[in-house]
Amino acid sequence: MLSINNLHASVEDKEILKGLNLEVKPGEVHAIMGPNGSGKSTLASVLAGRDSFDVTQGSISYNGKDLLELSPEDRAREGVFLAFQYPIEIPGVSNINFLKTAVNEIRKYKGLGEIEAREFLKMVKEKQALVEFDAKLTNRSLNEGFSGGEKKRNEIFQLAMLAPQLAILDETDSGLDIDALRIVANGVNQLRSEKNAFVMITHYQRLLEYIVPDFVHVLYDGRIVRSGTKELALELEEKGYDWLKDSVDASNAI
Amino acid sequence: MKTEEEILDELTKEEYKYGFVTDIEMDILPKGLSEEIIRFISAKREEPEWLLEWRLKAYQQFLTMSVPTWQNFKHPEVDFQDMSYFAAPKEKPKLDSLDEVDPDLLATFAKLGIPLDEQKVLAGVVAVDAVFDSVSVKTTFQKKLKEKGVIFGPISEAVRSHPELVKKYLGSVVPSTDNLYAALNAAVFTDGSFVYIPKGVHCPMELSTYFRINAANTGQFERTLIIAEEGSYVSYLEGCTAPQRDENQMHAAVVELIALEDAEIKYSTVQNWFPGNADGTGGIYNFVTKRGLCKGDRSKISWTQVETGSAITWKYPSVILKGDESVGEFYSVALTRNHQIADTGTKMIHLGKNTRSKIISKGISAGLSHNSYRGLVKIGKKADNARNFTQCDSLLIGDRCGAHTFPYIESKNESAMLEHEATASKIGEDQVFYLNQRGIDSEKAVGLIVNGYAKEVLNQLPMEFAVEAQKLLAISLEGSVG
Repeated sequence: MLSINNLHASVEDKEILKGLNLEVKPGEVHAIMGPNGSGKSTLASVLAGRDSFDVTQGSISYNGKDLLELSPEDRAREGVFLAFQYPIEIPGVSNINFLKTAVNEIRKYKGLGEIEAREFLKMVKEKQALVEFDAKLTNRSLNEGFSGGEKKRNEIFQLAMLAPQLAILDETDSGLDIDALRIVANGVNQLRSEKNAFVMITHYQRLLEYIVPDFVHVLYDGRIVRSGTKELALELEEKGYDWLKDSVDASNAI
Repeated sequence: MKTEEEILDELTKEEYKYGFVTDIEMDILPKGLSEEIIRFISAKREEPEWLLEWRLKAYQQFLTMSVPTWQNFKHPEVDFQDMSYFAAPKEKPKLDSLDEVDPDLLATFAKLGIPLDEQKVLAGVVAVDAVFDSVSVKTTFQKKLKEKGVIFGPISEAVRSHPELVKKYLGSVVPSTDNLYAALNAAVFTDGSFVYIPKGVHCPMELSTYFRINAANTGQFERTLIIAEEGSYVSYLEGCTAPQRDENQMHAAVVELIALEDAEIKYSTVQNWFPGNADGTGGIYNFVTKRGLCKGDRSKISWTQVETGSAITWKYPSVILKGDESVGEFYSVALTRNHQIADTGTKMIHLGKNTRSKIISKGISAGLSHNSYRGLVKIGKKADNARNFTQCDSLLIGDRCGAHTFPYIESKNESAMLEHEATASKIGEDQVFYLNQRGIDSEKAVGLIVNGYAKEVLNQLPMEFAVEAQKLLAISLEGSVG
């Protein structure tokens, strides 16, 4: 589904991604871990289409299409979803109104008509239950006055509503307490299927105990330096990033 | 993929869809302003002597006054001799049925989406007075309103049918001495709406007036007077459009509201005068004096305005809170783009005891426009326990526009409680990107954000018009993204 080849990206002339490669197939869950400054958020932003980042080299293919040629809204309509690390507040825009607009935009792109009000409300109720999202929050303005945890959970609720093919979770676990983490993880696990894929970007191994990944990659200095399975995550937790940095630097020095 | 600059370049052309001109036979006075012209207007309207005298006195007043200089924009060069002060469709209608209205006029209003056909009007929910240039063309539902004793029609008619009422209240809230444009209006006003709600009557429908300026080189000077007797209620809405022309045209209206004991007047405006083109050529000068007097105890007046048009919007709908426990409210969304200018706000004058006022002002600036809020909260010496809440917010779109705030507070009473909040914000790139990432394109995103921003004010509009106002905001914003 997703094929990233030799991706180089910079922001304000500083190169952050230095030749990143990644393959994601439908049905897979990938975890990308790495120390601060390794380029994790840059990767998420580039995939979503943030224009403050320049792609200087490489390509990204999504379902056979050139992802870099698509505008952010078209990428979303093609089924790419980013759960933001810091979801923004938009006062006055109700959660529900915003969701309906998003759902309809995606439907329009696919040549479907607008969703019928009753059907939409049914979907809202269903997904709310699925991700244990408080109905009261749905009726409020988008993220306005939400706690950090509530914002993250709203991201997952939107994920459930928009049903993307490729979901990128950018440090969704940061700022979550144990209970919230469990609920978020539960939601994601319910949404996993053979047809979609998840890329989880995270610092800590903790999330991966709840959402078990098929693949774990370590991002260091703008490149994926090691790939493995969930065991790799455990090893990282035990030994820390320095261990990996040392071995990478050592192999570079040779 | 287009860059932001490319999108901006492409979309400088504005589609003001009301810019068409109606070709119709008109009576237009030659340009110029003089006592002669005023006598002519008065005679044409078959006005009584006392009104002619009132006009002439105002004209004398006008001659002694000069153009104001305190506003936050450069007063345009206006030559008062260079416009005509009277323009009316030739077929002077005495209307009981739509058949008597010039079909071209009917077509104009149909094009504007304004229903003059009573069956089509939201099942008797809205009565409409249609004013074409300076003349009221048709007022619907006159019969139904008459049953309740409600008078709603052109002021020119009211002068003849209810002179005592007009004489009593005309100029009582906005005297001719108030300001230059009030004096001018008093001298040359041609028509406007007159509304009278008798004691204890809750007006059974929304009353609305649509003003359409059509003739070139004319000024539009309407005069509206609304009187709500004890315990009555009325909700009134005015909408306005004008054709696209290269020359500026002046619109200097005066609106006076009087609310007696326990009465309530709700006055809403959706203003979409031609704003001028993208270079700032043309457009209406909207210089208006609107004031409400809460004369009786426990009376209430609320102003709601959505201003999206005009080259210059200059108005301060105000409330004088004379009665004890009276309430004044002002809700405003003013959108400016390209080269538009807005200097608008309100004055809340607290005189009685236990009075309350609320001001919610939302300015939205885009392009190269300048949007100023100017507000005065004045607490008189004897105004015990007055309360005011003011919130003025500014939203900037792009980095070449301006938002300015001039809040004034004058309090002569220690027991007054005054709250003032203000925010200034930009449409965040992050906000737009967030919506992009959910499949919503940037223009729609800005529309959503602005609507959310303006919601508190839009919610004040009568339901029938809230939807139109929302659409108007979205359309007015087209091409402002960036």
